[in-house]
Amino acid sequence: MSKKKYDSPLLDELEKGVFPSFVTEIKRAAAHSDMANDLIGHTELCYKERVTHWKHGGIVGVRGYGGGVIGRYSDVPDKFPGVAHFHTVRLNSPSGFYYNATVLKELCDLWDKYGSGLTNVHGSTGDLVFLGTRTEQLEPFFAETSSRGWDLGGSGSALRTPSCCVGKSRCEWANIDTMAITNDITQHYQDEMHRPAFPYKFKFKAAGCPVDCIASIARADMSIIGTWKGDIRINQAEVLNYSKTMDIKAEIIDMCPTGCMQFDGKALKIDNSNCNRCMHCIAKMTKALRPGTEQGATLLLGSKAPIVTGALMSWVIVPFIKMEPPYEEFYDLIDKIWEWWDENGKNRERIGELIERLSFPRFLKEVGLEPSPAMVKWPRRDPFFFWSEEDIQR
Amino acid sequence: MEKEEVKKIIYALVEASTGKKKLKQSDILKKVSADQGIEKDEVKAALRDLVDAGTLIFTYFGGSFIEIPPK
Repeated sequence: MSKKKYDSPLLDELEKGVFPSFVTEIKRAAAHSDMANDLIGHTELCYKERVTHWKHGGIVGVRGYGGGVIGRYSDVPDKFPGVAHFHTVRLNSPSGFYYNATVLKELCDLWDKYGSGLTNVHGSTGDLVFLGTRTEQLEPFFAETSSRGWDLGGSGSALRTPSCCVGKSRCEWANIDTMAITNDITQHYQDEMHRPAFPYKFKFKAAGCPVDCIASIARADMSIIGTWKGDIRINQAEVLNYSKTMDIKAEIIDMCPTGCMQFDGKALKIDNSNCNRCMHCIAKMTKALRPGTEQGATLLLGSKAPIVTGALMSWVIVPFIKMEPPYEEFYDLIDKIWEWWDENGKNRERIGELIERLSFPRFLKEVGLEPSPAMVKWPRRDPFFFWSEEDIQR
Repeated sequence: MEKEEVKKIIYALVEASTGKKKLKQSDILKKVSADQGIEKDEVKAALRDLVDAGTLIFTYFGGSFIEIPPK
């Protein structure tokens, strides 16, 4: 049993308030882990001196893999020997993040044995993240987990662990089977995940519908978002029921981004040709409206958080694609996109940044995608379409 | 070209660049396939053998690179 080793007045501030605190969790782990105990002292020093004492990267890993382990060392190992090495291990999470308690307990027991006992479930990419271990513990931990069917996730300049919403397993609004798609992508691109070959990271996230509960449009280089073709299905009797408890004009009609809906107090009308499938109306009137019956996905490309340069949101590159096994059309497109990125991308340049640098028309032309009005973000405000000399002469 | 031959060429390339320029996997695939007139997949398979054997390793320094492991 470890005893309290360090006073941490700055970290203690982060335990105040109503929200869960990572400091509280580290302190709990510190009761039985020297690594967690030293982590408190180390983090307090970083806060006090307003400078990080972590060194990142290096050559740590598991033999044969180029990702899944993120090297981290303290630059003050003499003061905090417990965190001299504090590597992170990422395990590939199952699609939809389904576990049972036995499995989670088993993983936690393994991490108590080989690491600090601290976890992050899940990291923002979606992996099961195991925080803090020494270099010599990596192979034994990997052997224990892989023998139980787990594999490492992605890190570095590689395909990151694909993730998705729960999709059709729990949500009747899913237009695509996100879990099946995510699992298929994971199996299909094992090499790209474990042996980094890209200019920088690449993330897939699959959302079952445009509500996009997992915010794939802002968090994935490629967002796969379920959508539909054809008319929204309307149950007019249920619309009337909603009108008794809801101001349909204020909450639905006036909030439709394309203004394609009308309600005269008796019947709801939708000009489906002008619907941009934001799904606001369906999500608000779940008993009255349903997506059309021909279902598939919209593919969007380019979003990223601000690391090297600023944040980007994904934009449409394929308005509609049938996402059904064996996903040949989808994989053909991905391979072309990656080839173009490989040929043109600079080191640490995300695909979205490359498109911004070289232009969207050039991307479309060289990858072989037909321009479509659905790619325009909004009328007269699109930054990607430019007239070429040929167009002007015509 | 025999895989063993490709492996030797890859190792020599990485060794020659050590201390001068860090090579990404794609750098190696492009260079060896262009120089030797072979498919990138062949180079990739040979490189994979080298990494699996621990003869070469992946490193991370703001990006992922292929290097010779430290002795």
